[in-house]
Amino acid sequence: MRRLGVIVNPIAGMGGRVGLKGTDGPEVLARARALGAEPVSGLRAARALAELRGVAVLAAPGAMGAEPCAAAGLACAVLDGVTPDAQGTREAARAMEAAGVALILFAGGDGTARDVAGVVGTRIPVLGIPTGVKMQSAVFATSPAAAGRLAARVMAGEARFREAEVMDLDEEALRAGRVSPRLHGVALVPEERALMQAGKAGAAVPDEAALDALARRIAGEMQRGRLYVLGCGTTMRRIKRAIGFEGTLMGVDVALDGRLLAADVSEAQLLRLTEQAPATAILGVTGGQGFLLGRGNQQLSAAVLRRIGRENLVVVAGAMKLAALDPACLHVDTGDATMDAELSGYIAVRTAPDRSAMIKVAA
Amino acid sequence: MSGTPKLIHQARWNEPVVMEMGVKGRRGIVFPKAEGDAAALVPAGMRRRSAPALPEMTEHDVLRHYLHLSQQVLGMMGVSLFGTCTMKYNPRVSEALGLRPQMAELHPLQDDSTLQGLLEIVHRFDLILRELSGMDQFVFQAAGGADAAYTHTCVTRGYFAAKGELEQRNEIITSIQAHPCNPATAATAGFKVVTLMLEENGYPSIEALKAALSNRTAALMINNPDDMGVYNPQIAEWVKLVKQAGGLAFYDHANFNGVMGRIRARELGFDACMFMLHKTFGGPKGGGGPAVGAYGCSAELAPFLPKPIVVKDEATGLYRMDHDRPDSVGKVREFLGNLHIVMRAYAWARAMGADGIKEAADIAVLANNYMEKRLLAIPGVARSNPEAKTWRMEMTRYGLGPLKEETGLGVIEVGNRMTDYGIDAPWLSHEPWVVAEPFTPEAGELWSKEDIDLWCDVLAKVCDEARSDPEMVRTAPHNAPIGRVDSEAPEDPARWATTWRAWLRKRAALAQQAAE
Repeated sequence: MRRLGVIVNPIAGMGGRVGLKGTDGPEVLARARALGAEPVSGLRAARALAELRGVAVLAAPGAMGAEPCAAAGLACAVLDGVTPDAQGTREAARAMEAAGVALILFAGGDGTARDVAGVVGTRIPVLGIPTGVKMQSAVFATSPAAAGRLAARVMAGEARFREAEVMDLDEEALRAGRVSPRLHGVALVPEERALMQAGKAGAAVPDEAALDALARRIAGEMQRGRLYVLGCGTTMRRIKRAIGFEGTLMGVDVALDGRLLAADVSEAQLLRLTEQAPATAILGVTGGQGFLLGRGNQQLSAAVLRRIGRENLVVVAGAMKLAALDPACLHVDTGDATMDAELSGYIAVRTAPDRSAMIKVAA
Repeated sequence: MSGTPKLIHQARWNEPVVMEMGVKGRRGIVFPKAEGDAAALVPAGMRRRSAPALPEMTEHDVLRHYLHLSQQVLGMMGVSLFGTCTMKYNPRVSEALGLRPQMAELHPLQDDSTLQGLLEIVHRFDLILRELSGMDQFVFQAAGGADAAYTHTCVTRGYFAAKGELEQRNEIITSIQAHPCNPATAATAGFKVVTLMLEENGYPSIEALKAALSNRTAALMINNPDDMGVYNPQIAEWVKLVKQAGGLAFYDHANFNGVMGRIRARELGFDACMFMLHKTFGGPKGGGGPAVGAYGCSAELAPFLPKPIVVKDEATGLYRMDHDRPDSVGKVREFLGNLHIVMRAYAWARAMGADGIKEAADIAVLANNYMEKRLLAIPGVARSNPEAKTWRMEMTRYGLGPLKEETGLGVIEVGNRMTDYGIDAPWLSHEPWVVAEPFTPEAGELWSKEDIDLWCDVLAKVCDEARSDPEMVRTAPHNAPIGRVDSEAPEDPARWATTWRAWLRKRAALAQQAAE
């Protein structure tokens, strides 16, 4: 019998209405409560769970799962001894993986996504019911009801899965007025089966196949004696794998002559390395916001970029990812206004072998 | 013709495939025994060792079965605002002309002197398209719009090869909402593809074009308007920039219906253009049947056109096929192409006249904008590029994203349910989808106000049903011969086959798998 795991972060989203950008950490939560914040997560989770019928559920206890399930009229087995905090979320995810659930449906924000995906990795699929304040990660459905419906399809064996990046903002930075999402890992998430129409249109080439082909092309084009500075994220990982090493998912790596020269480098290392040899920087595009520089790859500072030169910047992203940007625009924020201005304008993003898209870059 | 939405019911015969309908010993026709040794007439190596595994049936059973199939397949004859296809009525008189022996029984290898009437039609229609586009020569070899786009990439290759620039000029620029055949044919011909993204006003910016242009640019291939229906008012400036960079400009006139007789590609500076005769010019379309992409170009590019070209000897008044064209790219298709479609298009153009063609374009734009008023009044419907304030041309892309957010039911389910009311499921969108749950209706000049109203009424009713009875919409259609196609099966080679023999083999393998 396929079972669905349900974890609700009961305090997620409480910071939102009282203007606190999030509820990471007990002091902020106390402040949120003092400001009169009320729990919203359980209600939204119940809305998602109401879309599920006749599904065997394994839920975290109390407000962390069992109560929203009951509110939605969904019977469930309940985990024991899980505390209602981040540690409890991680323990629940671990127990659900051990119990062999088909999907963990969790309610929360980016912090909750980090906790769940940090435990289960890409071994079992996860799906987020959006109830948090910050939801940068591509693991969330567009609404609670949409999350419930998609979970129902997973339980009916009617979904496909893809890897999605788990992002989170630095809340302190956010409260200080800076938006600074970072990549924290990769999760396996369900997606609605591509709804194909008969007849006129052929199937689109999915980004995955095109990007793998492009990664091989780029690896093949690399010149001896030249440094290749490879950014973070799943697209860059394809190139790192095409060259022949695993590299750092969340860090910047440097390759030379077809091998990994330095992993997870700092700005200082990059400045030292680029002194000795000409370099090309290859970058991906971050999530739905379309950031090229300044989000999760601050190692590639203005000084490093000046050394490398704009003409040696190669940007790689899937055509579908670019098409989903609204507006169609990439962003740079190197912290150096002159450099940002130099990088602004239009850049050709490589989307597949011999294919590129001309897209606007703005500071 | 129309009225309030009414449920219809399509034919469903629920018969097995013909291969499973045979009964041993039945015959369609019983032939008399041949006199002499008939088998000896067939060389030994060509003789079958055993009889073919055909179902044994009477002629009546076969006829009845295929009539039933045709009812199931062709039974849907409702209002079809199938966008990007410019659905037009195909006048019966053109069909009758096409069936006449002077057309239907011609052989492409006949001597030119015996094809004078046909060649005259080709030449005269060439002149009509020259008038509509300002180009200097048309060819009709290409068997569709994508084939005509491919013709352009071949001509581009020939042109730059002759100039010694082909190595250097290896990029073709297009837009993300140009018809996918443009990047596809450019890639097929060996060019790199540079795609421009749409910006806020519904078309790419001129700055993006400037950034893409260089001494590597071979051509721009673009629709205007594209399927969003927004006419790019800067198009002449675009073409000028492409020419300054040394590239060729190709106008994909797939969406010609809203601008017919109102603009000429050549006057906007384009070097070449393409018309789809099976769509804009009243030829029949559908089912992947015969089509024609009429490709026209300037005198400068004409030497590179596929051959032969139909020419008229002004002295004798006779027509002939000119094969002596040393710079020609050769063939993109055999002979002169699907000439029976050219003939129907010629008949359509002559019947419409220049003024009629202009009027049809205006009606198409008017009908689309009337329909837009009605569609945007339906809760759950959104329009592409909502910031673009200009009037849309002959069609517009919409989306049911808001309805999907609200009900979980999107354009696939809604389209399925619309067929229960005798409305063909709408055309959605070319890839990539830049609008959520997209659909693209196109009224054209064919459909009456009542038809358009009915179409909108049905959509509104189904959107209401999605709220009041979502399960019924989710499981639609209920009145069609085949309810729902399993969309997974075509992607699983174990479950489909292109021949009966392969199907038997795969079915046996599946059965064995199930038994294990």
